Order: sequence, then C-alpha cells, then structure tokens
Amino acid sequence: MSKFTRKGKKGTPAVSTASLPDIIFMLLFFFMVVTVMRQDDPKVKISKPNATETEKLEKKSLVDYINVGPPIDDRYGTEPKIQLDDSFAEVEDIPFWIKENRERRDEVERPLITTSLKVDRDVQMGIVTDIKQELRESQALKINYSVNKGSALDN
Amino acid sequence: MARRPLQEINAGSMADIAFLLLIFFLVTTTMDQDIGLLRQLPPPPPEDFNPPPVKERNVYEVLVNSNNQLLVEGERMDIRDLKEGAKMFYTNPNQDPDLPILNRQTRAKVQESINRLQQAVMQDPSNKQLRDDLEKWQDKMSAIELIGEYDELPTSAMISLQNDRGTKYAMYISVQNELNAAINELRNELALDKFGVAYSELNPSVSEDKPMIKAIRAVYPQRISEAEPKDISGGS
Repeated sequence: MSKFTRKGKKGTPAVSTASLPDIIFMLLFFFMVVTVMRQDDPKVKISKPNATETEKLEKKSLVDYINVGPPIDDRYGTEPKIQLDDSFAEVEDIPFWIKENRERRDEVERPLITTSLKVDRDVQMGIVTDIKQELRESQALKINYSVNKGSALDN
Repeated sequence: MARRPLQEINAGSMADIAFLLLIFFLVTTTMDQDIGLLRQLPPPPPEDFNPPPVKERNVYEVLVNSNNQLLVEGERMDIRDLKEGAKMFYTNPNQDPDLPILNRQTRAKVQESINRLQQAVMQDPSNKQLRDDLEKWQDKMSAIELIGEYDELPTSAMISLQNDRGTKYAMYISVQNELNAAINELRNELALDKFGVAYSELNPSVSEDKPMIKAIRAVYPQRISEAEPKDISGGS
C-alpha cells in the first residue's frame, strides 16, 4: 500500500474560533474609545427644530452647550428654563459661565470656542434673544443653532 | 501527596464576557454629531453708536411676529416663498427699483483701485484702514481671475431679520434656514457653472479649494443680520 494514500475521508476542518475573542475585543476597544459618557444629564426637555442647510460642528471639545426648554421635572414649572452644564441658571449667569469656559481652554483655542444653543422648538424667542444679547456682551460671538436634519417647512 | 497537574482554565467564556461588554458600549455610545446653523453674532455696539443710514432698497427686511407670520419688505409672505424672495434680492435679475443695484466689477476698475491704494499705502504705511482696503480689492481681483467679471452686491446690502419676543423658536429657525438655503443655492449654481463642482462639495481645508470658496463668497456673501431686538407687535 502506498505511503501517500489518505486515511479515510478528510472532511473540511472546523473553523477555529480561537480568534473570536480577539475580534470581539477589537470591537470592544473601538466602542470604548468612541463612547463619550454624557457628563451632564439633561434637565430640560428639548425637541430640536428641523433644518436642511446644516453644518457639522468640528472639534467637540471646543463647544459649550446652552440648553433651553421646559424642565423635565415639572416641580420646576413648565416655563422654559436655561440649563448650563448640570444646573439651572438665569440669563445673568451666562457671562460668568462664558468666562469660566474660556479660562478652562488653551489661549490659542479661545477664539474658536463655539456656543451651541440647544433650544426646544416651542420656546418663544424672547429668552433666546436675551441669551444672544448676553453672549454678545461677553464677546462669545460664534454660535450655533442646534437642529435636526429635516425639512424646515414642517416646523 | 502527589501534586495535581495545573488545570488549564477554559478560555471559551472569554468571548461571552467580551460580548457582554461590547453590547454595553454599543448601547451607551451616542454617535450624535451636533449639527446646526452656524452664525456669527455682531459685536455689541459702542455706547454712542448711530447706525449709518442705509438705502431702503439695499435692505431686505424680514419680520416675524408673535403669531409666526412673515412680513417681508412690507408684505405678508408665506415661508415657502421666502427662498425665492431672498434669491431675487441677491441677484435682482429684473432691475427692480426696490432691490439693490448690482455694480459690475470689471478687471480695469479693480486694477485701478488697487494701484491707487498701493500708492496710498506707500505714502502712509502705518495706516491700517488703507491696508485692509487694499487687501479687499486684491481679494476681488483674485475672484475675477477665477470666475471672471461679476456683479457685486453693494456693501451695505443685507438681509435684516427681526423677530418678536413671542415668535416660536422653530419658526425662527425655519426662516434662518430658508435664507441660508437661498444663499447656498446661488453659491451652488455659480460653483457648478464656473468650476463644475457644487459649492457644498468644496472643502475649506483643501488648499486648492480655498480660493474658489473665497471667490464664490465674494459674489454671494452671507449677510444675514440679526437686528437689535425690538418688540414689533407687543408679544410676551
């Protein structure tokens, strides 16, 4: 009998699953790196209006958010309130908040700071106008009206 | 006592554990890119500031009242027509006497201004105003080099957006969006015509695209002014 004849039938070998954990780990690390844990939990209800002509905000670390909307907890009433970072604030608190945010950043990056206004669609413009006036007074002139993608005519 | 051989730990469940973590991070990840309408607010006016008089025809006045109704150039308008209206204002194709007069920027005219300013700067090199003016004209020249002679909007021409304190925010955003859409459409048309690419495809971080963007912006500048707040119709 020849030395080279195969012994029995050789089926397809099972695919080794030993590398499965590695693949999973790779995905895991990707998501771990990408995940940004929300620092401030929202205290106000915001459903953003729609717009089509949007631009992406670059450099997330240079964006500060002002949230405006009716409080989630209705013990605070239903009138729209301003939320800065983690707490409710008044319009008069904005200049100080802007100043703090500026000092936190590197000097070269300071002119690039954008203030993003996340405002509920049903809020009246009065409060937004007041915020804008405060921002102008504090020389925080780069702003962004945060919106969702969608037809603006349905707003 | 005989030592038992070290038993190997079964690593098969490692994958399960990793899966668990993976699913946790999958769920918590928010990939939400913040998108929005970027705007530059005007700096606060100095104490004794009197706005320079502007010609009525050079201002496209958009008012929004507390009932979310639009008054454009003194007439009621539906939001659907606002985009066309703004485009008309920017181009004034029918030489409408209520809309701005566009002045043609010819090569000779721009060159003459550059020469004149260059001489002025030579005589008075410390004058910043002159140097800024010179730079402005040089930008115009480079725009002409790229897209040819064009009709320029007068420098005082702008869209003035005024809202009431009672206007709904969503309405305000709609108006902003429509005005922006008008400018973007014009820019896109021009870019497609001159460069064969849409304006939105041009990338400001690519050095070849930068002069194109600048040239297009020179022709259709974004001039949306959010006017000083004022109660228009006594809303809340």
